[in-house]
Amino acid sequence: MSEVASILDLLVPASGAGKAIMAAVLLGAGCGLLGCFVVLRRVALMGDAVSHAVLPGVVAGLIYSPERNPLLIFLFAATAGLLGVGLVRMMVVSTRLKSDTALGVVLATFFAFGIMWQTRNQQDTVGVMNFMFGNVGSIDASDLRMMLMTTLLLVVTVYILRRPFLVMSFDEGFSRGLGYPVGLLNGVFYFLLTFSVVVALQAVGVVLVSAMLITPEAAAYLLTDRFGKMLALSVIFGVLSGVTGGLVSAGVNGLPTGPVITLAATLVFAVIYLVAPQHGVLAKALRTSKRRMRVRRENMLKAIYQIHESEGFAHEEVSVLMLARKRGQTEEIVKKECRALQGRGLIGMADDGVSIHLSRSGWKRAMELVRNHRLWELYLTNEADYADDHVHEDAERIEHILGPGIVRQLERDLDFPQLDPHGKPIPKPTHLIPGEHLAV
Amino acid sequence: MNNERPPALETHDLTVTYDKRPVLYGIDVAVPEGSLVGIVGPNGAGKSTLIKAVMGVVPSSGGWVKFFGKPLKENLHRVGYMPQRESVDWDFPVTVMDVALMGTYGGLGLFRRPGKDEKRRASEALEKVAMLPYANRQIGNLSGGQQQRVFLARALAQDSDLYLMDEPFVGVDAATEAAIVTLLKEMRERGKTVLVVHHDLQSASEYFDRLLLLNMRLVAFGKVEDVYTQELLQKTYGGRLTILSEVADQAAKL
Repeated sequence: MSEVASILDLLVPASGAGKAIMAAVLLGAGCGLLGCFVVLRRVALMGDAVSHAVLPGVVAGLIYSPERNPLLIFLFAATAGLLGVGLVRMMVVSTRLKSDTALGVVLATFFAFGIMWQTRNQQDTVGVMNFMFGNVGSIDASDLRMMLMTTLLLVVTVYILRRPFLVMSFDEGFSRGLGYPVGLLNGVFYFLLTFSVVVALQAVGVVLVSAMLITPEAAAYLLTDRFGKMLALSVIFGVLSGVTGGLVSAGVNGLPTGPVITLAATLVFAVIYLVAPQHGVLAKALRTSKRRMRVRRENMLKAIYQIHESEGFAHEEVSVLMLARKRGQTEEIVKKECRALQGRGLIGMADDGVSIHLSRSGWKRAMELVRNHRLWELYLTNEADYADDHVHEDAERIEHILGPGIVRQLERDLDFPQLDPHGKPIPKPTHLIPGEHLAV
Repeated sequence: MNNERPPALETHDLTVTYDKRPVLYGIDVAVPEGSLVGIVGPNGAGKSTLIKAVMGVVPSSGGWVKFFGKPLKENLHRVGYMPQRESVDWDFPVTVMDVALMGTYGGLGLFRRPGKDEKRRASEALEKVAMLPYANRQIGNLSGGQQQRVFLARALAQDSDLYLMDEPFVGVDAATEAAIVTLLKEMRERGKTVLVVHHDLQSASEYFDRLLLLNMRLVAFGKVEDVYTQELLQKTYGGRLTILSEVADQAAKL
């Protein structure tokens, strides 16, 4: 035991700032690992309940251990937390209450009891504010040793059990079918959850500790589709916000550590919420607007084709005025959109900007779109028994997303049709007819 | 000594209650090895519950279940399970390969990591359902039919002798449905026993060689030609037995 203690002593830094940073790192790592499962299992509220439920334990620890023995406080707090979890389980199993309601009842009761007890024993519980709102500065060497051991236990257990935990979080029924002792694993999970809350307690405080189990993990979840990466990222985000928050609150007078760490985590989350490449809101908005612009461009190409078609492909050019009339838009807007088409080499524009003509690639794309539209209309009327006046709207949307594979299949299924349900010819872009002579 | 092989699945007086309300009454059934069984019945007949109770996913309130003559615990490795597709969150950050690999975890215990053999089994299972090209995709990016195939692959990777599948045909395209049927028949050829919860009576008589007609209690179990009769189907689908249902409600209030 003494050897372990001396090894731990070697790891604990001497300076105050060093201690604060190490506490933040431990907190970020422990919560980051476990929080991934909390988020994926949708038991985020459970973390909140546990954190509030530990308060009576902390108060008991402070009262019964005047010398503030961290092990004793830890044990009291963990017991209170587990008692809370147990009560929630009991209420859910024995009544028709759902877990969120049971959590609400237990959380409030434990917290109220803790506060009441603390106010009755103010002189014995001077340090309680450190546990309420967190204070990295209050963490001394013996606290840190305690945190170090618990975090180590937590990290090792999660690492060993990560596969069963993963399967259980994804599909509990299947994990029973695999023969996993689901009840036992759930027990271990809530033990670890309580431990991680208690570890983070002195740094972040009762009220905000659950943020460390949720916010960095939520950010990681938005950033990746791989579980291993999610674990790594949430540990990184947790450590990052812990260290930043710890340093800021230590440097600026009168700033409580817990809220600063929480807001640092929120900042990380906010940035990722905005800029995450796949699931971020900016990326989504960008994708939507790109798609809209493409649809607008393609509709313009189609309109040009239809004008040509209505003239029996007699002219090489289409006037912007006609196009504006066809599209129901002003000439300015049509000109602007045509310039965008010109930039992509799909059309050529006369110098005076009055008329335009399709380029070879413009012809091809326009014919493809018209073909897609008419094929789809035909498919809906022939194969899906739609009335022929019901199909246009749907085809307007589908024409932009039909890929070559589906087009080939449609053509096969419809026996290479010549005309659409309204009697208009279905163009064949492979032949570039009738636009051949118009090619630039 | 009785040298007949024990049935692949045998239940005796299997009863399940939800919140004290019985949903399955005393099911006695013995499924011979190598049969392809469709479990059919109206909504709320307890089809999924039967499978879950057999697998121990929901607790049964009475009766026993044996697999190949032994309790589930002793023969778990011989049983593969495919839950309903809706039972999981498809936004979960795992790949198609990760899910297929889960099928091999049963033999690994809690601590061992999947090795070459497990990865090969998972790949083969994905190959069989034509999902190997998608191995590195996140599961949320798949169509409904593809998701169902991934679930099927996970069950196949379990490499079992008996499979229990909960609604594998729900929400799949025609191609996937045909692929699953082919796969089921191929599994039967290899002597596997498969029980499938199925919602469509019409196709059930074509896909399976035995039917288990269920409506809170076992109406009939036997070869399709024996039990696919007007009378038995009427008994299965002709409304709940009113008294049974009423008593169940009464019992729930006790």
